[in-house]
Amino acid sequence: MNTTNAISGRSFGPTVGEAPLAGHVGARSHRREDRHPISVGLARGLGWFSIGLGLSQLLAPRGIARVIGVPDDTKNCALMRLLGLRELASGVGILSSRRPQGWIWARAAGDVMDLALLGSALASDDTEKDRLAAATLAVIGVTAADIYEAVRLGGPTGSLASSNAWGPGEVHVRKAITVNRPVEEVYAFWHDLRNLPRFMLHLESVEEIGDGRTRWRTRAPVGMSVEWEAETIEDNPNDRIAWKSVEGSQVDNVGSVRFVKAPGGRGTEVHVELRYRPMGGAIGAAIAWLFGESADQQIYDDLRAFKQVIETGEVIVSEGSLGHRGHYWQRPAQPPAELPADWPALED
Amino acid sequence: MRANCWISTGKVRVDNVPEPKILNARDAIVRITSTAICGSDLHLYNGFMPTMHSGDILGHEFMGEVVEVGPRVKNLSVGDRVVVPFPIACGGCLQCERQMYSLCENSNPNAWMAEKLFGHSAAGIFGYSHLTGGFAGGQAEYARVPYADVGPIKVPEGLTDDQVLFLSDILPTGYMAAEACEIKPGDVVAVWGCGPVGQFAIKSAYLLGAERVIGIDRFRYRLRIARERAGAETINYEEEDVYEALLEMTGGRGPDAVIDAVGLEAHGSGATYAFDRIKQAMMSETGRPIALREAIMACRNGGVVSVPGVFGGLIDKFPMGSFMNRALTMKTGQTHVQRYMKPLLERIQKGEIDPSFIITHRLPLDRAPEAYQMFRDKQDECLKVVLKP
Repeated sequence: MNTTNAISGRSFGPTVGEAPLAGHVGARSHRREDRHPISVGLARGLGWFSIGLGLSQLLAPRGIARVIGVPDDTKNCALMRLLGLRELASGVGILSSRRPQGWIWARAAGDVMDLALLGSALASDDTEKDRLAAATLAVIGVTAADIYEAVRLGGPTGSLASSNAWGPGEVHVRKAITVNRPVEEVYAFWHDLRNLPRFMLHLESVEEIGDGRTRWRTRAPVGMSVEWEAETIEDNPNDRIAWKSVEGSQVDNVGSVRFVKAPGGRGTEVHVELRYRPMGGAIGAAIAWLFGESADQQIYDDLRAFKQVIETGEVIVSEGSLGHRGHYWQRPAQPPAELPADWPALED
Repeated sequence: MRANCWISTGKVRVDNVPEPKILNARDAIVRITSTAICGSDLHLYNGFMPTMHSGDILGHEFMGEVVEVGPRVKNLSVGDRVVVPFPIACGGCLQCERQMYSLCENSNPNAWMAEKLFGHSAAGIFGYSHLTGGFAGGQAEYARVPYADVGPIKVPEGLTDDQVLFLSDILPTGYMAAEACEIKPGDVVAVWGCGPVGQFAIKSAYLLGAERVIGIDRFRYRLRIARERAGAETINYEEEDVYEALLEMTGGRGPDAVIDAVGLEAHGSGATYAFDRIKQAMMSETGRPIALREAIMACRNGGVVSVPGVFGGLIDKFPMGSFMNRALTMKTGQTHVQRYMKPLLERIQKGEIDPSFIITHRLPLDRAPEAYQMFRDKQDECLKVVLKP
């Protein structure tokens, strides 16, 4: 397993616009080892730490209770054993998983739980405050290490890593969909960039500003808006369109879309590749993930919407998904009292 | 308007909710005149389908009168009387072009959810969880029908609601299940479950040329209807060993084709059944495939296993060894209703089949909660409930 990318923390700069986008887009087989950078260092250390702590809590709950300064009564010992089981699960998970970031996030959640327990113990009368304070400081240190490692490895389910986090905070997505239309029609639709907001949920507008340049404006998480300028770097009719953001953009990104005739009259395969550094880097991406905005999912939802627009004329909505396409939140499947204010006029 | 809403496991309630609106250009709004409770609604009622939300309007078997159409619906007019197929299908994707409507690639706005559970998404379905789109269902006074230019079929003069309502789901479902059996002269078909789909599968198997059809259930009234109205021979699995009985009835060959019209909530007896119930209660399997296992074991070598019964997730102890070594074929899927509506409507018009024979109860919509309970508990010889909004 190749782990160098993650360990060296290769920076964003040099890879943008390099070979993977320009040259490898057509390559069918990805080098999988590049897609799952795993640290053998910190992550494994945290895994073994979990196992050690878990075993101690399970086998010697009284000892641990005394060390951290809480009464070694039956109730605390039972709780300690449960916490030990949790630690063991995290440890085994981290050490046995090819993509351990989910388990490291679980560790981080466990840390928060521990801190809450320690906090309530500090407020209690029958505890030794000095020992508790020391234990709390130690847990804070471990929490920091967990969050650092979890953020570095990507989103909690590995969604960022699986969509290729080349460097810290850099997101790389490849998605494909097959559309039941001839290549010429699909290319022509996509070539008119003003069509993109019709199916890209977060894209507000694309404007042509001359010289092969366009200005893109998107909605960002938590109600923000982001815009950047991009230039088309390749445009082969019925084959491929590629673009990249111009120097000094708010969001660095490069992307391409490739059109391939699907075999046996199955229409056109649309392969999209996108690489960008989200605002706020890795932490921004992790926060976006928490809001259900995994890049992978977003791009695929957009591609599906594209397929709907070109095959059926519009993006279909249901009562349950109304106003929340691409989000994990659903409303009950019953008609809305009011249509959203920005509901588009329906066309003939 | 009044609508029957899923509240929680074992609880539905008729609530006042907003009236539907045209949301897409190919929508129509239908004022519902008849709507039925499907056996598969009981899977939702009993809490076996994931992704239900409190307040979801149930119902996917309905018909009525068009009261509004979107700007791109050209083939329907206000006042048309239509039956609405339960799978929502766009008509433009490759699967729809191939008439595999229940696999429509565009009609599930929550495809991402289905992909997580199933790997790929199938079509959207009215009132059948958020996994299948989160569409409001038809146990209501009105319903919004997406892709109304593709799905609904106009009802000719002279046919009653009772005669055509089941074109929406169960008649095509029973028919497709029998069609999947590739019936040849002399074939014996065995059907597990003599609920509405089972009854129509029996009828359809005869229409398609089966020599004998055997219905299997544990409720005497359902077996009686299968004998008297659908013409089946019957086995009560609480009284006889199904495998032995089928072998006896087929000279040791086993049925040429078997149909599982039961699905994920099958009943049985003995240790294996108890084990399945426990595992299902503990969420470590989502279906109890007792009927399916039995059907596979009984089917003759090289026969067809047709599965119209609904499954939602994982099952245990699938007899793959029997299935593989004996060269069986399985055919399954949600029904491509749009493909069957017209030919089956013609059969109804010609008098070859009158689907209304399964109706045992007609109740006002407001009594839906009571109807669900009655249908689930098989009280009052309940076979099919039609609700009138």
